[in-house]
Amino acid sequence: MIVARGLSKRFGRIQALEGVDLDIAAGEIVCLLGPSGSGKSTLLRCINHLERPDAGAVWIDGDLIGFTREGDRLLERDDRSIARQRRRCGMVFQRFNLWPHLTALQNITEGPIRVLATPRETAEREARALLARVGLAGREGASPAQLSGGQQQRVAIARALAMNPDVLLFDEPTSALDPELVAEVLHVMRDLAATGMTMVVVTHELGFAREVAHRAVFMDAGRIVEAGAASDMLTHPTHPRTQAFIQAVMG
Amino acid sequence: MNPSDSLSVSGLRIATRRRPGRWIGAALALLALGFIIRGFALGQIDWSIVGRFLTAPAILAGLVNTVLMTICAMALGLSLGVMFAVMMLSPNPVLRVSARLYIWFFRGTPLLLQLLLWFNLALVFPRLGVPLLGSVRTVDVITPFVATLLGLGINQAAYTAEVVRGGLLAIDRGQAEAALAVGMTRFAALRRIVLPQALRLIIPPVGNEVISMVKLTSVASVIQFSEVLRGVQNIYYANARIIELLIVAAIWYLAVVTLLTLGQTLLERHLRPAA
Ligand SMILES: Nc1ncnc2c1ncn2[C@@H]1O[C@H](COP(=O)(O)OP(=O)(O)O)[C@@H](O)[C@H]1O
Ligand SMILES: [Mg+2]
Repeated sequence: MIVARGLSKRFGRIQALEGVDLDIAAGEIVCLLGPSGSGKSTLLRCINHLERPDAGAVWIDGDLIGFTREGDRLLERDDRSIARQRRRCGMVFQRFNLWPHLTALQNITEGPIRVLATPRETAEREARALLARVGLAGREGASPAQLSGGQQQRVAIARALAMNPDVLLFDEPTSALDPELVAEVLHVMRDLAATGMTMVVVTHELGFAREVAHRAVFMDAGRIVEAGAASDMLTHPTHPRTQAFIQAVMG
Repeated sequence: MNPSDSLSVSGLRIATRRRPGRWIGAALALLALGFIIRGFALGQIDWSIVGRFLTAPAILAGLVNTVLMTICAMALGLSLGVMFAVMMLSPNPVLRVSARLYIWFFRGTPLLLQLLLWFNLALVFPRLGVPLLGSVRTVDVITPFVATLLGLGINQAAYTAEVVRGGLLAIDRGQAEAALAVGMTRFAALRRIVLPQALRLIIPPVGNEVISMVKLTSVASVIQFSEVLRGVQNIYYANARIIELLIVAAIWYLAVVTLLTLGQTLLERHLRPAA
């Protein structure tokens, strides 16, 4: 479903991605692991073209993301066309990025109403259902500042789901949370996984990865170092970098 | 100190410390105020004339024009300011440079000079028009009101643009990214998500600029825009009661500015919990 080929991205002197190939099937749950600065976020952000790769490309269901092909060249698409492609990917950020001037409900309905032109009543009905699904029924009117980190992240997940995406991209969804709030977010993600949603998850929660992910991909210095069945790789990593990383995270 | 001592001290009344400096300062201030009041009371000022002209129709009409111009010029200044702020942050270098040039010119020349330029536009362009749609005589279009509106609004925009730019930069990048991630275009993300937050941030500085604008409109008296100052000038050219009429104008400016300051305080108090 998602195919990435030869993705490279440079920031000044830093090579954030270097020739990354990745294939993700529909319904698959893939965890991206790796030390800080290894390019996990950049890879995730290339999938919905929040980051424009310097080389290589991403296809979702056969559609080239962010570019059109003209002969042997890739031309970046216009704003509108890129925005349309991004609807397929929901994204959940480390720092939630809820919109503070809108209520929890409005954060969820904003996309459907503005982007999909869903009638307000329909959008609100669906948003209420989504809030209930992430365990926040009754908090429709709360502003983000009134919610705990865990609650904010659950609203952010509901916001992503409201667009009916084909894929959900998670960038360290629990890294900014106090330890006691991590479980409630992982719980919502487990529920999602059980529905067969395609998910790409950058995380340091190895327990979650082992239990929920079908596949784990280990990155280092902008490259994929090792990939395989999550349960195998996390219990018997073969590459020394992976071994070191898992050792370090397990403490 | 022994325990019985501290026991007896604990029962004593605490007296206010004497601060002779404060008394002297207050006395001096009151004295100065007294001199000023006495000066005005005994000076060559006919207060009955001040009272009579305070609500003269020509003055009240000028007051309406002052307030109207403040509103229109600020509205123009804010809209153009937002536009130029967005241009300054655009990835397109031509837009960035154009916005910079605009700000460079309108902040680099005196407002009075700009007003005179707008007012005398007819000397440069005798007719204004759109190709194929026809044209009109410039003097018919550039009335004192229009010249003042353009002068004040366009000048204000150059300052407001910097304020808005600061507000836009203060909003976390993640806000726009979250909007892009739900499929908004860059423009929609700006309009729906980033601008509303930035505008809330810049309410206090823009409030100050509204207050400055009230007083700035008086400059337009030189190009015959009939605001408060022009109104009192027209009257004192006829009756030579210069000081009395200037006091009338001062009273009205103070009244408007006081009301606006009050409104600003209330608005900021109202906004604080949301911030
Ligand atoms: N917008 C950016 N500007 C400059 N450098 C960046 C930017 N985004 C990421 N980088 C750099 O690219 C490298 C990879 O970053 P990232 O993909 O965020 O890693 P990870 O998510 O694995 O921690 C890091 O060295 C980071 O500092
Ligand atoms: Mg990251």
